[in-house]
Amino acid sequence: MELKQKEIYETLKKVDDPELTAVSVVDLGMVHKVSIDGGTVSITMVPTFAGCPALDFIQKNVQTAVQKLHWVMDCQVTFSFQLTWSTTSITNHGKQQLKKHGIAPPPENYIPGDEWTVDCPYCGSAFTSMENVFGPTACRSILYCAACKNPFEAMKPVLDHHTIT
Amino acid sequence: MERGEKIVKRIDTAKEAKQNPSYFEALVELLFQLADDDFIISFRGSEWLGLAPHIEEDVALSSITQNTMGHASLYYHLLEDLDIGNADKLAHERQAVERRNASYFERKNGEGSYLQEPYYDWALTVVRQFLFETMKKVKLETIINSSYQPLADIANKVLMEQPYHLAHWRMWLKQLLGSTEEAQNKVQFQLEAAWPACADIIGLGPKAFELEKHHLIAGEDYLRKQWLKELEQSLSLPSSLFVDNHPARGRYGEHTADLDQALSTLSEVYNSDQKAVW
Repeated sequence: MELKQKEIYETLKKVDDPELTAVSVVDLGMVHKVSIDGGTVSITMVPTFAGCPALDFIQKNVQTAVQKLHWVMDCQVTFSFQLTWSTTSITNHGKQQLKKHGIAPPPENYIPGDEWTVDCPYCGSAFTSMENVFGPTACRSILYCAACKNPFEAMKPVLDHHTIT
Repeated sequence: MERGEKIVKRIDTAKEAKQNPSYFEALVELLFQLADDDFIISFRGSEWLGLAPHIEEDVALSSITQNTMGHASLYYHLLEDLDIGNADKLAHERQAVERRNASYFERKNGEGSYLQEPYYDWALTVVRQFLFETMKKVKLETIINSSYQPLADIANKVLMEQPYHLAHWRMWLKQLLGSTEEAQNKVQFQLEAAWPACADIIGLGPKAFELEKHHLIAGEDYLRKQWLKELEQSLSLPSSLFVDNHPARGRYGEHTADLDQALSTLSEVYNSDQKAVW
């Protein structure tokens, strides 16, 4: 069983968010639980943004990848709302991958509703400004680096309501 | 259901919710109000696509609208779980009289139409979105303690994303109120036009009593008090705010012709082929 669990996680580490290529669903913190019963695999995932149109694709991609394993007969993927995804769920590896692709990881000290800023993912400068809190997808913002003169994106921080009030 | 009150019995599943008819009916009523508000405000937001004051605002409003539509979808799916009907059908096929959104949210963005000379009013949108998001925050902050656990979970999720929406509209409101006389006048005009609808916006409709009794959401008095507090942080308010004198009360299924226009436009593609797979 241990081995099978490991194999599933290794497989999921290769399933990327279609809108954040090179960042896997595991590194985004979307995989909550993997249950294995013989050849049946049940995966519980935590959705990122509610309005994210990529969720259906992610569900399908996870299912397809897992079903390619020779011992898997059936794979069920469900999203659970009992657990809340927040940007603190992103792994360190996930943060590195984001940076590599010109997307700054979310800031650490965000207070919901307040303005925030992050360092430039290209040159590391803190001399950056917010262009638009809203970006090409629900989870991203657009910023500008005055040091290296590059526009860049950042993961928009979201935190669990309960942990901040 | 204010904080610190006695612990209420939690209902964890749709099956459990259906066992008590009074509870079930109140729950369905609330879900329709939440879903229909998010749905119609998203439609009016989507009508700004390509027309917003500048390109970054176009991106921002589209993003907010997409996410809010996602919130509507969550509530319609909760209704589907309660066997009320398929989520897409609930969103697209219900007649105006069945809708439970506040009628203020259905108002046209302005004169003209999207395809032909849209003379839309940005001040109306800023004021309306601001009033909507503050209402949403106040209601959801009590729904996270709702007796219906699946709804409480969703409320918690939505509340994590919503501060961005509210902050955006508060920023616009402040900037316009600190801007030229023309901008201030336009905002002031839209605020005064909104006041008669306040009771309908924050109200809970015909089942207000049951909703509070079953601890699904806080009572109307508490919601009004909290809403007032939120609004006062950004605005000076008239004394007659909650006079219930709006001609159409959406929570009671009373709507304006603007909703018919919205429904026929937003369902046009859906109705052209209801069997299509998206």
